[in-house]
Amino acid sequence: MAEMMYREALNMALREEMQRDPLVFVIGEGIGQRGGSYKVTDRLYEEFGAHRVIDMPISEASFTGAAVGAAIVGARPVVEILFIDFSMLAMDQIVNQAAKYNFMSGGKGHVPMVLRTQGGAGNGLAAQHSQSLEAFFYHIPGLKVVMPSVPYDAKGLLKSSIREDSPVVFIEHKLLYMTKGEVPEEEYLLPLGKADVKRSGNDITVVTYSYMTLKCLEAAEVLEKEGIGVEVVDLRTLTPLDKETILESVRKTGRALVVHEACKRGGVGGDIAAMIMEEAYDDLDGPVQRVAGKNTPIPYNIDLEKVCVPTVEEIAEAIIRMV
Amino acid sequence: MEKELNPGKRGDVELVADDLDEALLLEMFRKAYTIRRFEQRCVELYREGFIRGYFHPYLGEEGVAVGSIAAIGRDDYIVSTHRGHGHCICKGGDLKLMMAEIMGRETGYCNGRGGSMHIANLDDHNLGANGIVGGGIPIATGAALGIKIKKGGEVVLGFFSDGAANNGVFGESLNLAAIFDLPVVFVLENNHYAVSTPVEYSSRVTDLARRADGYGMPGVTVDGNDAVAVYLETKKAVSRARRGKGPTLIEAKTYRHGGHHVNDPGLYMDQAAMARWKSRDPVDLLRKRLNDDAKIREIEEEVESELAEAVEFAKKSPAPSVEEFLASIEDY
Ligand SMILES: Cc1ncc(C[n+]2csc(CCOP(=O)(O)OP(=O)(O)O)c2C)c(N)n1
Repeated sequence: MAEMMYREALNMALREEMQRDPLVFVIGEGIGQRGGSYKVTDRLYEEFGAHRVIDMPISEASFTGAAVGAAIVGARPVVEILFIDFSMLAMDQIVNQAAKYNFMSGGKGHVPMVLRTQGGAGNGLAAQHSQSLEAFFYHIPGLKVVMPSVPYDAKGLLKSSIREDSPVVFIEHKLLYMTKGEVPEEEYLLPLGKADVKRSGNDITVVTYSYMTLKCLEAAEVLEKEGIGVEVVDLRTLTPLDKETILESVRKTGRALVVHEACKRGGVGGDIAAMIMEEAYDDLDGPVQRVAGKNTPIPYNIDLEKVCVPTVEEIAEAIIRMV
Repeated sequence: MEKELNPGKRGDVELVADDLDEALLLEMFRKAYTIRRFEQRCVELYREGFIRGYFHPYLGEEGVAVGSIAAIGRDDYIVSTHRGHGHCICKGGDLKLMMAEIMGRETGYCNGRGGSMHIANLDDHNLGANGIVGGGIPIATGAALGIKIKKGGEVVLGFFSDGAANNGVFGESLNLAAIFDLPVVFVLENNHYAVSTPVEYSSRVTDLARRADGYGMPGVTVDGNDAVAVYLETKKAVSRARRGKGPTLIEAKTYRHGGHHVNDPGLYMDQAAMARWKSRDPVDLLRKRLNDDAKIREIEEEVESELAEAVEFAKKSPAPSVEEFLASIEDY
């Protein structure tokens, strides 16, 4: 197994899928010869040409819609929207068109497209380039939402997403691209809707996803020295949601903390917490808690930015309070 | 390859620079020189770690902001872009407050919360920069609608670039502005690239002013490196807007002097074209027009000391207080 960066794992997934299936193509801004701003499409243009690695004008609504149309007639587009913030421009095509098509056509039509995008705070990019907007997509029936935290998952899940027959919103995190991990060079797939217990423990379950998984693991490591066993459940996909793995873990530990970077209000965490209370109330030794981002746009100043998203210390403190 | 500009054909304005008031020319030079030096200084400060995030220099494009904003008054509005420092400076922006904002200090225009991409200076009717490409075009249109409803006499200059012109909001906004005769001038800064994508790739029609015709408003192409040409063309459009005759699309052709942002070397750019555009540098063109070395030196020295003061001010300014910030967002 080779050690590689998250972005290289994504690149490998795209390359393998494009080699396997001539109907897979990628579109986005500056993804061709330039290889994309985060280098996820690096060297694909050289291998597959302008016909399948297509640079788009700045027109998120129409090129996302174009992908929906292409998918309906059987192609398999992978759209890159550079920042999740810009996916807001394409919301009609994602929410009203892509997400509904299969349902409204009585199950006869399919939209096998992947919308790759990137979110999260870090590096002082300010309010319009730092958002965590997954709850918008999570809320919409008809969309799958995938948010891998490590290179291994990124490759396996992107490949599965491309083979999926319904629209998938695949959300990366800007601070993950350069993180490294073991990734097999050969083909493998990870199923959507299967969480991964990234660390096991008996005292508390921490349910999380994307970049926050790394912070939760850090907190768990610190707490282990204090004799607290933290089980970290990395959801990997928000829809489908792997309720089984969450509930199984909660039944074992009796406590649950949900951690995400997005604002707490209206966030995915509230929904997961409610689900745990509805389905595993009798197994709980206390109320489910949340650690989440502050209810604010992300400020430019780096010290202010830092306090808006959960820190390792905050996560650890919450856990200590709960056990 | 970009097409050469035809200097004789700039809308239907007769360009008679000699008629221009000397004081106005001096002011234009001062603004152009200020932008040039401010941006160069920011690039240095970025490399020294004082500035973070995204920083998109306006170097090479100074003529557009200088010329167009010289044609409006203090009460008129502008709406800016992610490459907005030049617009802010021309609209009366205080270098100290700008620099402090770009360094993320409490004393900055937005208390360190906005940064380079989001500077707004509402006192001077600069409605702000934007991190969303094209996001300002409807806002400019809406500001003009607001003025119309208030029966105000102001006009709006809405800045955006060639890349933004491919976004849906461009067409929708121009249509709205046209059907309601709104007092807005759309200033399209065609610097030939949207990050690495050349305008020849993203549009079949590279004279983007031609798109105006489809919405029923005048469209003119002007040499964006020539601040005077931009000024004269904007003057006309502004007067038209003030008379209730509706919007104009001005396409000012220009060229970035480097990559898309500080960390982009811009290797994809057409080096020959860049050299041609640089040989007609907007700051030099104004300098030549003035032909008054003593005056020029005086202005340059004044700007240098103002800039040094701004950097000093920003560096000495306090960072925002985390506690106050947290208290202020409690119920956002
Ligand atoms: C809606 C949207 N899409 C993409 C981006 C990323 N982006 C930032 S600047 C830029 C290029 C903009 O090109 P143009 O409008 O020509 O302005 P210029 O940078 O040339 O001044 C892109 C694609 C963005 N900020 N907003």
